[in-house]
Amino acid sequence: MSWFTRKDKGILTPTESKREAPDGLWYQCPSCKKAMHTREHRLLAYTCSNCNYHEKIGSQEYFELLFDQTKYTELDAMLSSGDPLTFIDTKRYPDRIKATEKKTGLKDAVRAAHGKMNDVDIVIACMDFSFIGGSMGSVVGEKIARAIEYALQNKIPFLMISKSGGARMMEAGFSLMQMAKTSARLAQLAEAGIPYISLLTDPTTGGVTASYAMLGDFNISEPGALIGFAGPRVIRETIGKDLPKGFQSAEFVLEHGFLDFIVDRKDMKDKLASLLEMLK
Amino acid sequence: MRTLLEFEKPIADLELKLVELKKLAIDNDVDVSAAASSLEKSIASLKKETFSNLTRWQRVQLSRHPERPYTLDYIENICEEFIEVHGDRNVADDKAMVGGFGKIDGQTVMIIGQQKGRNTKQRQMRNFGMPNPEGYRKALRLMKMAEKFGKPIVTLIDTPGAFPGLEAEERGQGEAIARNIRDMFMLKVPVICIIIGEGASGGALGIAIGDRVLMLENTWYSVISPESCSSILWRSWDFKEQAAEALKLTANDMLGNGLVDGIIPEPLGGAHLNYGLATATVKKVILDTISELNKFSADERISQRIDKFTKMGVFQ
Repeated sequence: MSWFTRKDKGILTPTESKREAPDGLWYQCPSCKKAMHTREHRLLAYTCSNCNYHEKIGSQEYFELLFDQTKYTELDAMLSSGDPLTFIDTKRYPDRIKATEKKTGLKDAVRAAHGKMNDVDIVIACMDFSFIGGSMGSVVGEKIARAIEYALQNKIPFLMISKSGGARMMEAGFSLMQMAKTSARLAQLAEAGIPYISLLTDPTTGGVTASYAMLGDFNISEPGALIGFAGPRVIRETIGKDLPKGFQSAEFVLEHGFLDFIVDRKDMKDKLASLLEMLK
Repeated sequence: MRTLLEFEKPIADLELKLVELKKLAIDNDVDVSAAASSLEKSIASLKKETFSNLTRWQRVQLSRHPERPYTLDYIENICEEFIEVHGDRNVADDKAMVGGFGKIDGQTVMIIGQQKGRNTKQRQMRNFGMPNPEGYRKALRLMKMAEKFGKPIVTLIDTPGAFPGLEAEERGQGEAIARNIRDMFMLKVPVICIIIGEGASGGALGIAIGDRVLMLENTWYSVISPESCSSILWRSWDFKEQAAEALKLTANDMLGNGLVDGIIPEPLGGAHLNYGLATATVKKVILDTISELNKFSADERISQRIDKFTKMGVFQ
């Protein structure tokens, strides 16, 4: 017999009176559910201390992790999207852009910068998934192409950090041609013998995989990242079966010969710097 | 039996009437020339009206017309001689991508293209014109071979997309397409790309980096099919017409936006109505374009090719 009986059934605490820890103090790992202090999480390069889950992070965090003293010069920072097709789906495209700019504080889905990584010069272009799913439109293509051109002119190695659902439908044909534009510049970079490292992070799919992301001298990834051309849902619908476990994970892609190595984010900077040092 | 699209039916009805009228005249030995010529006139004006006002979705339908000439039909009609070659020298021969050396007016040209099937059995064999990675690698192998022997390259694009299958992922569909796009920029020989049907996304672009990219009048070329666009942006397949409008995917749209270099006219009503005329037009365009491109050195062509594609995009 219980000494405590609930008199009223179905009592619910309204959200506003629920007591919660202040936002941003604790991080809960979405994979193993372990809670850790955000400061600790940041010190571990945004990986889980328990299961090593690599949290999805954006250009700001990657620049902090990779550039010495977080010092860098951003390239073409003010480039922003046009609306070449006056595209309207459920929203006008320019409205969607404005809303996303406001929400994320970003101008588009990629940022490029020049700085030093363990004293080695490097140009890094890094995608932001929070900006319309990291989709590739004219601005993404142009900024990457210009970053490659900058690397080419200054003979500096190029690191591309991809994180994208693929093409930006609202720019249709223009979006498609960004695959061509970026690949053209990479062809020139390759001819000049300048190293190109492509880091594919969670997730990298679609037109990004089918262009610059797969064209590195070194294609590398982080543990557990989703990498593919077609998205898992599309493949499932095509073959009419469930996909095997681990399908399209970085480990799977490595096993099939399309990645050079997988690197823990905590070791990333040192490993990349050593690699570039060897190529000098 | 002809397959008729919805907007082709009124024309076909009139054409049937004309045939019946002529038969009647012969059977009964009466003069119907006045009636026949008036009927012919209405057919001509209806055709003109229908096909000068096609919606974007109707163009998409024409580009997929089951009787439309496919890559091998063009090859057969254009080349005096054609030797098909197979395989990517790695895992397989992809039947969705065909290629080989052909002779056009005595000139050797490498022709490569996606191939669709005409009936159920063929469609299965050709995988509906959706290449696997080995198809793209086969295409690149043939292009490099053409470069080695100094022969111009013509690619014919007609695909609903690169195949989104399990094995395609395992064998690196993304990598195969990416490599083609990059390496096609550096090809020393002239490259002409012609969209002859569907030009769907990366699966099309994987063989569509050229000095001239041309579209037949009733084709589409974009980053996604109207159906898939509808399902992603509207969360339903029912908005394909709107999606086609929004994507601006027709030859006119793409030329207007500077994303392709030209349009090749089709016989009135579509290429499927007159293979002879459709393929002869394409043949003439290929020959003219090759001689135009031969005026430049290999280096000039490559830098113009790179300049053209790197200028594409709209931003502030």
